[in-house]
Parts: sequence; C-alpha cells; structure tokens
Amino acid sequence: PLSSRCCAPSSAGPAMNCRAEVLEVSVEGRQVEEAMLAVLHTVLLHRSTGKFHYKKEGTYSIGTVGTQDVDCDFIDFAYVRVSSEELDRALRKAVGEFKDALRGSGSDGMGQISLEFYQKKKSRWPFSDECIPWELWTIKVNVVNLANEQERQICREKVGEKLCEKIINIVEVMNRHEYLPKMPTQSEVDNVFDTSLKDVQPYLYKISYQITDSLGTSVTTTMRRLIKDTLAL
Amino acid sequence: AMDTDLSSQDRKDLDKFIKFFALKTVQVIVQARLGEKICTRSSSSPTGSDWFNLAIKDIPEVTHEAKKALAGQLPAVGRSMCVEISLKTSEGDSMELEIWCLEMNEKCDKEIKVSYTVYNRLSLLLKSLLAITRVTPAYRLSRKQGHEYVILYRIYFGEVQLSGLGEGFQTVRVGTVGTPVGTITLSCAYRINLAFMSTRQFERTPPIMGIIIDHFVDRPYPSSSPMHPCNYRAGEDNGAVYPSVEDSQEVCTTSFSTSPPSQCVFTVTKAHFQTPPPVVTDTLKVPVMGLAFSHQLSSSRLSYQPAALGVGSADMGYPVLFAGGLNAAHPHQLIGPGKEGGVPPVPSQPAHGTQADQERMCTPLDGVHYSAATPSSSEDTETVSNSSEGKCGSPHDLLETIFIRKVGAFVNKPINQVTMANLDIPFAMFAPKNVELEDNDPMVNPPASPETESPLQGSLHSEGSSGSSTGNTHDDFVMIDFKPAFSKDDILPMDLGTFYREFQNPPQLSSLSIDIGAQSMAEDLDSLPEKLAVHEKNVKEFDAFVETLQ
Repeated sequence: PLSSRCCAPSSAGPAMNCRAEVLEVSVEGRQVEEAMLAVLHTVLLHRSTGKFHYKKEGTYSIGTVGTQDVDCDFIDFAYVRVSSEELDRALRKAVGEFKDALRGSGSDGMGQISLEFYQKKKSRWPFSDECIPWELWTIKVNVVNLANEQERQICREKVGEKLCEKIINIVEVMNRHEYLPKMPTQSEVDNVFDTSLKDVQPYLYKISYQITDSLGTSVTTTMRRLIKDTLAL
Repeated sequence: AMDTDLSSQDRKDLDKFIKFFALKTVQVIVQARLGEKICTRSSSSPTGSDWFNLAIKDIPEVTHEAKKALAGQLPAVGRSMCVEISLKTSEGDSMELEIWCLEMNEKCDKEIKVSYTVYNRLSLLLKSLLAITRVTPAYRLSRKQGHEYVILYRIYFGEVQLSGLGEGFQTVRVGTVGTPVGTITLSCAYRINLAFMSTRQFERTPPIMGIIIDHFVDRPYPSSSPMHPCNYRAGEDNGAVYPSVEDSQEVCTTSFSTSPPSQCVFTVTKAHFQTPPPVVTDTLKVPVMGLAFSHQLSSSRLSYQPAALGVGSADMGYPVLFAGGLNAAHPHQLIGPGKEGGVPPVPSQPAHGTQADQERMCTPLDGVHYSAATPSSSEDTETVSNSSEGKCGSPHDLLETIFIRKVGAFVNKPINQVTMANLDIPFAMFAPKNVELEDNDPMVNPPASPETESPLQGSLHSEGSSGSSTGNTHDDFVMIDFKPAFSKDDILPMDLGTFYREFQNPPQLSSLSIDIGAQSMAEDLDSLPEKLAVHEKNVKEFDAFVETLQ
C-alpha cells in the first residue's frame, strides 16, 4: 500500500544490507503506466508468497500463489503478475498518481518511482517503530514526445524490447539469493510481510515517486533539451 | 555427528523436489508456448497439491511426456533435461526456436537446508521462469500461431544439443539453486532472428530418433488428436487419457525404464483448427487496403499515415482495419485490388493487446510489415502497385511486396537482401525481402518531423506540409488487423476502425494556416492605402448614407 503502516525512517541512516537496483526507461506518455506496472509486478511476483497459516508448535503452511498473463495495449509486450486484484489495484493506484504527476506541473517528463521493501522493528513506547529497508528498486522514467505514427510504432516495439531486458535484469538480481528477511514467527509476521491482502502475502513494501521539477533543472536535463533541439533543426 | 552427508530423509525430499521441479518447469515452458494467456488463481488456504506454492496447472500429456523422457532419472551432471521449442509451418518445415535446459553441475552447497531454503528457492526459480518465458522472441511467435505455423515442443534427456538454433543464438539465464548434491541451473538458448536464416535451414530436418507423433502431418485436422492443450483446464477429456500427476504420485516413482529416453514431437495446437485445413493461399486472402476508398472520400491530398496495429491513436486501444468499402465481416474473402493499385493485400497481424478475436485471423509471423503507398505518391507507388495489381490471387505475388522488419528494430538491414519471389523455398515468408534500401530505412534516416509552427498544426495535418508524407511513401509500415473491438461489420460497409483511420488526418483549415494567414495579412496591409483612397473618393456617398441613418 502506498501509505502503509507509517513508521519513522530508521534513525540510524541507510540500513546495512539494503541493496538498491536502478532501472531506466524512456517511454511515451501513454506507455508510462504499463511499463511501470510491468516492472513493479515482476518484482512483486518474486517478492510475494502465499498466505501463511500458522499452526501449533510454530509451524506454518503457505497458501498458493496464482499467476496471470497481462498484455500491454501500448507496448508490444506481455508480462506475468500475481493473481491478486487487491495487489493490482494498489499498484495501479500508485502508478496512476505517478503518471499524473509526470504530466502536470510543467515537469520535464522525467521522474522516478521507487519500490522499497522494508522490515519493521518495534520500538518501545514512546518511540515509533522503525522501518528498515532491505531492498530498493528505482525506476527512472523519461517521457518522450513523438511526432508521428511511424515513430510511435517504432516506440511500441523498442520499449517492448527494453522491457524484456529489464525483466531479465530483475530476474538476475532475484537469482542472487541475497539477503531476505528471516521467516518470522506468528507474532512477528506483520513486521516482515503485508498480511492485509486476502490471497497473497507480499513482503512489506512502500511505493514513492519523485518528479524532476522544471525549476530544479539538472544539468542532465538541460543537456538533453539542448540536444533534442539541435537535432530537431 | 558429521553433517557432511545428507540425511536419508533430506535426500529423499531433495530428489522429490528436483523431480517435481523438473515436471513443473516443463509445464511452465509448454504452457507459455500454447499461444494463450495463462491465468491461475491464488488460494489462501493451502491445497496441499500445489508444488512450490505456485498454482501451475498440469497438462497430463505434458507430464506424461516429461516422465517418459526422464524415465525415472533426475537431472545430473551431464544429464540435462531439455525442452525444445520449434516452429512448424503449414508446409511441413520446422525450425528450432529455443532450447530450455535444466542442468545440474557439481558445485554443492552442503550447508543449505533442503526442506526449507532449497524448496523456497526452487519456487522463486519457477517464478523467474514464468517471467522469462514471456520475454524471449518465441513468446510473441507462439501467441500468433495458427494457420501458418504452430509451435511444437520436444522433451529430451541427456546432452544438450544447440546446433539447431543457427548461428548467433543467445542465451538467457533464468537462475540457479544450490543444493547439497549439486547446483541446479535453468537457462534458455534461443534463436534471435528469423530474418537471418541461412539457406541451410530451409532443408527439412528429419526426425532424429525415437517416436515422432506428428499430428500436423499425419492428421491435418489436429482437432482429432487427443491433445487439446487449450482445453486442458476443462480437464475431462484429458483426464481420461492420462493419469494426472496429483492422483498418481506412485506412478512416477515406480517406473524403472531401461529403454532409452524416447523423443516425441507433439503438436501444440489450438481448437480453431477444426476449421478447414489451413492452406497458405487461404490465409493470405485479405481485403485490399482501401486507398481507393480514401481517395473517393476526399480529393485533397491525404498523407497516409500508417496506423500501427493496436496503436491508431492514443484514443484507440484497439487495432484498426484499413479495408474501406469492403465487407469486413469476411476477412478471408478476396477483393480485387484498389483503383490506385497502391496497396498490396496484406495478412493481418493481431496486436498484442487487442481484444480482437485472434483465432479467426491470419497469423503471419511477427514483424512482417506491409507498405502502404499514399494516393498522391509518385513513382514509388508504381513499383509497389505494379507488382500487386492483378495478382492478388496467388500468395507468391503477395509475398513479393512483403517487407520484413526485424525483431531488433534498429538493426541496419544489409543492402544485399534478396527478393524471394519464388515460394519454392520453405519459410519463404520468413525470408527477408528487399525493396527497401538503406537510405529509405527510417531507422537510418529518420523522416523529418512535420513542421509545427502553430499548436493547431500539430494535430491537424496540413495539405501542403511536407512532414511525413514525403520520403516515406513506401516506407510507411502498416500492420493490419481485421477486428477492431466494437466494430460493426454487418451494418456498414466501413467499420469504425476504417472510418477513424480515414478521417484521422483531415486537411487543415486554411484559415488556421499561418502561411495563408500571414499572407493575407500582408496583402491586407499592402492594400490598405488603395482602399483608403477609394473610400476617400466616395466620402460623399458615405456621408449621405450616414445622414439616412440619423
């Protein structure tokens, strides 16, 4: 959930063992949503389990995760996501907000959306719980404007190919079998997993985004505009 | 006690995990090549039979074949389980597309916990496999299989054979899982590019060994075969033929086979094969693109912008039909060439995201584009039209005007591509066809963007604008689909898609054109002194007029 059980960021600064992965994509405006969903769903596919059912003596059984194919309308691309309408809704909501933010406020069409997996560490009153991130995925987006149908068609295919590469990258990271939170006991499960969904159980996550403001133009943005203008002549 | 050896319980568990992992791997791969979208449900209460906590259906025939190939063995060093995915055309020629390899190497991880960590990592690996099976080129091909080709699978056990993939194949690693007896690795080697096929590939590959059950050749109506992967969810048919794996866990463990692993080729087909046997000629009969129609509608010069399949415009999420004035209800009927003769008949290509009924459409290979000449174009159209005019009946001639765009959109095409007018070569439809020189390749020389001097001009395409109407007459690639969603094809001769297409780029209103506006303003300014002089002359008349008003 976007504003999941809010907790104070860890006062110790960036947590150890938090690996960060960055992906970059250039897409047309109407491709933003599908491209983001494809990446986020692929990550969450690997970071969701079935629902835990704790039994006596600390053992638990795990529910079953279903999957389904999703075809993109504006990109020549298809991906697999977890079969959970709740999860899909949550992601769509976040991605929708990101897309709207990208469009408005004179943004240069550049922004990034982040998916962070974290663990909660309970603190004693009066201190609030800490959120310790252990994996952070950042997708940097550059929205391009295309002039004609031909370019759009090329973009459909090109973005499709790029997304294939991103999926392969994500799978590579997942395959490293690096740090994952320990499987929790029943009392700790809500510190590790999001147990609010009824059919699957992703690790606790938050989604946030930033838009590159046209005011806070970075050098990179200026250079890009210069180059674009030059080529357009 | 020493912990270096695996306990017998752990060993048994590990073997079982590996075996079922292998079976599930095969299921995921084959199901990803059926040409359909797969959907399984999550279940919060564990059912006890979903291996690795994933809902992966078991197609009984596939399990049966996998078990036969494994013959009671498990992947081990030098003994890999391979799933070969190949394509077979309606003419009987095959080509290998991918080899998925489940291998074991000697690197052991003695410390790892079998029942917990290995199991969960195998689950993760299956998820990765689900994701990766959608991103190799064969996925898109398999989604479009149908009349012209089908996708087949073959399972074998032993040494990996990659020679059938042609030169320059690529490999993608799905993942690895360390176990106390070795490291399991799962990867895929795939042919990258159909357009680069060498002539050697055109030979028919004879069966290697073992039994080949080739339903496509033996029985042109594969619907009569016991395999109906698309119906597997119903389960009733198939359940009767083969025991499903849930019911008979004992079956797999007790088959001690001493015969060599058999190799079988199965046709993974779709239900729509119950229609008359696919013939290449039939599938290429398509409505001719209605450039003639568009010309009748409006005599102004329309720039023919290709509405890319499934793109059309931002407002249309579904593919667009070009056939104007035609009976779009019967996409397989042949209608004569348009008056302009500009556009060759084209097979359709369903969009990835379309809701259209894919099964009824022609399904040419991925990446085939067709040129659409503009009504106002010049000699470039001539070459295209001459080859297509009057020859719409035979697929040979249709294929003369096929342009192939490669899967890699930005790869430069070699100049010396050969035009394959002769269909004797198998896979001719896959062969690169040359009409396009590098200079005309929009990838190399991108077309100049239309001038956008005014915001209005950005959306309306002006008559006189150079824009994309020049220099790309025969480079306008179009992808055609017959079945835009919501289109009525029985009431109007023209469907929504065509209508939209035709009127998408109306000529700009002249009053909005800055050139004309500027011109008239300049004219106005110049003519002012004259007008003033005339008015001065007639001042008496004006005064009289004003008098009458008072």
